[in-house]
Amino acid sequence: MSRVFVSQDAASLAVGSGRIAALVADEARRRGLALALVRTGSRGLFWLEPLIEVETAQGRIAYGPLQPSDVPELFDAGVLEGGAHPRRIGRLEEQPFLSKQTRLTFARCGLVDPLSIDDYGAHGGFVGLDRALTLNPQAIVDEVKLSGLRGRGGAGFPTGIKWDTVLHATSDQKYIVCNADEGDSGTFADRMLMEGDPFSLIEGMIVAGLAVGATKGFVYIRSEYPHAYRAMLEGIRVATDAGYLGTSVRGSGRAFTLEARLGAGAYICGEETSLLESLEGKRGLVRAKPPLPALHGLFGQPTVVNNVLSLATVPWIMAHGAKAYADCGMGRSRGTLPVQLAGNVRRGGLIELAFGATLRAIVEDFGGGTATGRPVKAVQVGGPLGAYFPETMLDLPLDYEALAAAKGLLGHGGIVVFDDSVDLSRQARFAFEFCAAESCGKCTPCRVGAVRGVEVMDRIIAGVEPAKNFAVLEDLCTLMTDASLCALGGLTPVPVMSALAHFPDDFNKTPHMPAAAE
Amino acid sequence: MPSPAQWDSTRAREIIASLTALDGAALPILHAVQQEFGHIPEEALDEVASALNLSRAEVHGIVTFYHDFRRSPAGAHVLKLCRAEACQSMNGAGIARDVLANLGIGWGETTPDGRLTIEAVYCLGLCACAPSAMYDGEPVGRVTPEILSNLIAEARGQ
Repeated sequence: MSRVFVSQDAASLAVGSGRIAALVADEARRRGLALALVRTGSRGLFWLEPLIEVETAQGRIAYGPLQPSDVPELFDAGVLEGGAHPRRIGRLEEQPFLSKQTRLTFARCGLVDPLSIDDYGAHGGFVGLDRALTLNPQAIVDEVKLSGLRGRGGAGFPTGIKWDTVLHATSDQKYIVCNADEGDSGTFADRMLMEGDPFSLIEGMIVAGLAVGATKGFVYIRSEYPHAYRAMLEGIRVATDAGYLGTSVRGSGRAFTLEARLGAGAYICGEETSLLESLEGKRGLVRAKPPLPALHGLFGQPTVVNNVLSLATVPWIMAHGAKAYADCGMGRSRGTLPVQLAGNVRRGGLIELAFGATLRAIVEDFGGGTATGRPVKAVQVGGPLGAYFPETMLDLPLDYEALAAAKGLLGHGGIVVFDDSVDLSRQARFAFEFCAAESCGKCTPCRVGAVRGVEVMDRIIAGVEPAKNFAVLEDLCTLMTDASLCALGGLTPVPVMSALAHFPDDFNKTPHMPAAAE
Repeated sequence: MPSPAQWDSTRAREIIASLTALDGAALPILHAVQQEFGHIPEEALDEVASALNLSRAEVHGIVTFYHDFRRSPAGAHVLKLCRAEACQSMNGAGIARDVLANLGIGWGETTPDGRLTIEAVYCLGLCACAPSAMYDGEPVGRVTPEILSNLIAEARGQ
């Protein structure tokens, strides 16, 4: 029986993998060929999708990108034996895009059947949990501390220290909350992982529960990710049936249960306190800190709030040891970052690398430059609240501190490429527009500042009294940075100021005489 | 996409009762109500308030905070177009502008025949396949004007 693997990741479905899978199954049936179709997550080489992988004695042979009309010819060419065909890629592991990566968190994504506990176990799953079950809580926390793991949501706060705080808090009920509200444009790693390897997140959350004494966890998934939500629901059900979740994890007598919850379209619910308010069934207003959620979080109880990738990396750390993780990286950025390369790029996808690789290596070597073939003009790193960098700054390394020093931010690792058709003054205007649309409304600098920001940018774009309006713009940005309650208002000036600093020509809108020759 | 049901207070109470025991039940309840009725009907606010021991104003506040919750039904089909940065880098804005202009509607509006609503969404997580969209809950990547006009024609039964 031949096994054929086809991704059902949402991005794969978006480019037609569902139809390809159905046509392959139909064609095999028509020809009387025995075929087992395995639906997986994506390997994250999206420019090659939709693709199929056929299991042969030489390994998994990939064919793509495929059109529906390719399917009959593939079978004529002996696809189930890895036969020659113009769309034959070969083993994906041999693609430099993949072979040059350090896949720790994403080791299984795209390889395994996401909802098979057996497949998960056969690929190193639950080794970390089994070890954690033999350790006392402080030992688990210390391992995470030593690994140097920092919050992968974007704030980069040392995960071990957060867990330590919750461990030492006294309460009869503590919670683990996974922030799966991955709202930043240019990011999709959380989505891919929930769809492609949900057990890694579940295992990480169970370990977190053991470490801090929490018996209940929630995964808060943005509603724009329906496939990820369904995958997590099913993953939780399967894990519960198999005894990994429930009143006695692996028969240990220690309880941990998990619920998946859907957001409702609010970007601000990616901010941890807004997320907690939303989980509590309220408007997603941001809370002032202190108190920190670690001490006073969900329903007022000590709560670990961590990003999907932070939690899903914990099993690897527990299985391989803190030192193995900390040995990769640079400076105070230890371990690997699953970079997401997106936008106007030839080869977009998931690139997990040790910290220290440069933006240029990612955009040019992995990415192959723009999709349009036009010059790279700007690269936005870290999502909508991140800086726009010009091509001349691409030698910056992937490192929390290095990007902050360049007045940018690494954030959740999203990188969006723009060609020279982009007008950075319009991107600056969009930054304010987005902030205004998504502001929770609680603090004046954000609620009002964002709207004023759009108005100022409209005047600048129309060439109205530039000197005066640039002064207002700078003043407004300073105010929002210094006085906003959270990072939405507080960091909206980052893309704006970076656009102004690095692309001043785009802001020169004073009306001038048209060229006579035209 | 299954057709939304007409308001039925008994059915609404059934749905609400099945979820009230959840911690922080409001969002799961509102999602379920919208799933059933296609929007959050006015009558639902009282039912939810009563079940959760909240004021009607508080429930109104929750419903109006989140972009997902509709106070009135959408068209028969919903096409969400991504307006965020990665999709902008691949001319998502230009494509969307043309679609809206051709249909003669604005963001969030429904065509006069009631067949299609076009909504803005800020990121679908399909950023390496930009520009992207979601049609009746199904993801669509590498969107072109042609792909959209085919979907629109399908929605309008043409």
